[in-house]
Amino acid sequence: MKSILRLSVNGKPREDAVADNALLIDYLRDTLRLTGTKQGCDGGECGACTVLVDGQPRLSCCTLAHSVAGRDIETIEGLSHTGNLSRLQRAFHEHLGSQCGFCTPGMIMAAEALLRRNPHPDLPQIKAALAGNLCRCTGYVKIIESVEAASRTEELAA
Amino acid sequence: MAALSDFRLLRPASAADAVRLRGEHPASRFLAGGTDLLPNMRRGLVTAEAIIDLGGVAELAELRVVDAALHVGAGVTLATLAADPVVQARLPALAQAAASVAGPTHRTAATLGGNLCLDTRCMYYNQSEPWRHAIQNCMKIAGDTCRVATKSDRCWAAFSGDVAPALLALDAEVQVLGPQGSRRLSLADFYRDDGMAWLSLAADELLVSVRIPLTDGWVSAYEKLQVRGAIDFPLTGVAVALRREGDLIGDLRVACTGVSSRPELIGGLESLAGKPFDDAALALVEKQIKRGTQPMETTVINVSYRRRVTPVLAKRLLRRLWQAAA
Repeated sequence: MKSILRLSVNGKPREDAVADNALLIDYLRDTLRLTGTKQGCDGGECGACTVLVDGQPRLSCCTLAHSVAGRDIETIEGLSHTGNLSRLQRAFHEHLGSQCGFCTPGMIMAAEALLRRNPHPDLPQIKAALAGNLCRCTGYVKIIESVEAASRTEELAA
Repeated sequence: MAALSDFRLLRPASAADAVRLRGEHPASRFLAGGTDLLPNMRRGLVTAEAIIDLGGVAELAELRVVDAALHVGAGVTLATLAADPVVQARLPALAQAAASVAGPTHRTAATLGGNLCLDTRCMYYNQSEPWRHAIQNCMKIAGDTCRVATKSDRCWAAFSGDVAPALLALDAEVQVLGPQGSRRLSLADFYRDDGMAWLSLAADELLVSVRIPLTDGWVSAYEKLQVRGAIDFPLTGVAVALRREGDLIGDLRVACTGVSSRPELIGGLESLAGKPFDDAALALVEKQIKRGTQPMETTVINVSYRRRVTPVLAKRLLRRLWQAAA
């Protein structure tokens, strides 16, 4: 059964007919074609599908689309503005925080939530914020360095 | 994983409406954060024709101090609970337990009620459908044998929530709402020692809130052992609460998780009140933990290790708290 879902995705209001049993990740990837959000383990164990719901990092593979009705959803596609990468995207690029790239959108969204809450986190705080995100390439050192570098940079004006 | 089966999604605005809907739809389930239920549904462990999403029930999100007790709605997220200043200052075992559940992206969705009602776990149960089919399933899901203890007539799946032992040690009670009205019971009475029916909750009852007394003079802590430090269920977890009276033990409570089908409040420790905190006291704690828990072959880590390490965690926490309370 489908019903109307109203919510905001990357700042734009949306209104779509969505199945009751649709997961947020399926709505984002299949209905909106926002394929930046990755489907990794698909069972809440790897964090590749992390998106922001009202600024909080959430696993879109363990969330029903209708459960976030009326909320603000942000995906990796919403971070860059007018062709400019966000400071986290730029830092991951410049500090080799991305290897195969599959975990990167989830890593960046989890780190984005951290930096908004705590603009200058220390190392244990970065590790704690990324504890739910797996990197199959095991590039954790560079990922953490990228987040540290981003925390020392100003966000470009939107 | 498989797609979610087809179901109708119901979104009540009050706890009373949620309970009414649960009565009207016998093949339904309550959904809170979804971090346990949704993957379990996709693994074919849980089926439902209707899902009752509790996310819109405002009363479940209450978190306030009333009459020297903290009232926490079942819908309060673990992230909120772990960061709450009252919880951190007065109920450290609860803050530590909530912060130790899974990863940060789970805790922003996962709720107190969901963690207290968490499905019991076993390496023969939390598997894909083909895997389970290959061993003709276990008794918890469509089979007739407990694979952990094949001659046993019961299921030994382990309760693996982190928050319940902390709340047992902190002497919490729960409020439950059903069609006949609401009732209060101690958290210990909320659980049953049965891997298949681990809650004393009737099918049409809803866990609404938890009440935790804020009693002066108590210190508390929670610690768990896990395969992966960053994010994992407890192989064993121990919560302790202690009240020190000078050089004597005033009062002491110990509770364990992951080592029985329910979180276990360890009995037989009442005699320690008024006794010195010495090797004999710790030996009694060890003896009673070994007597009160029964880890089984439900995880990849062997039973004898979990059996030996559980009292070690408890004694370590008690020594630390004893010093802190001086």
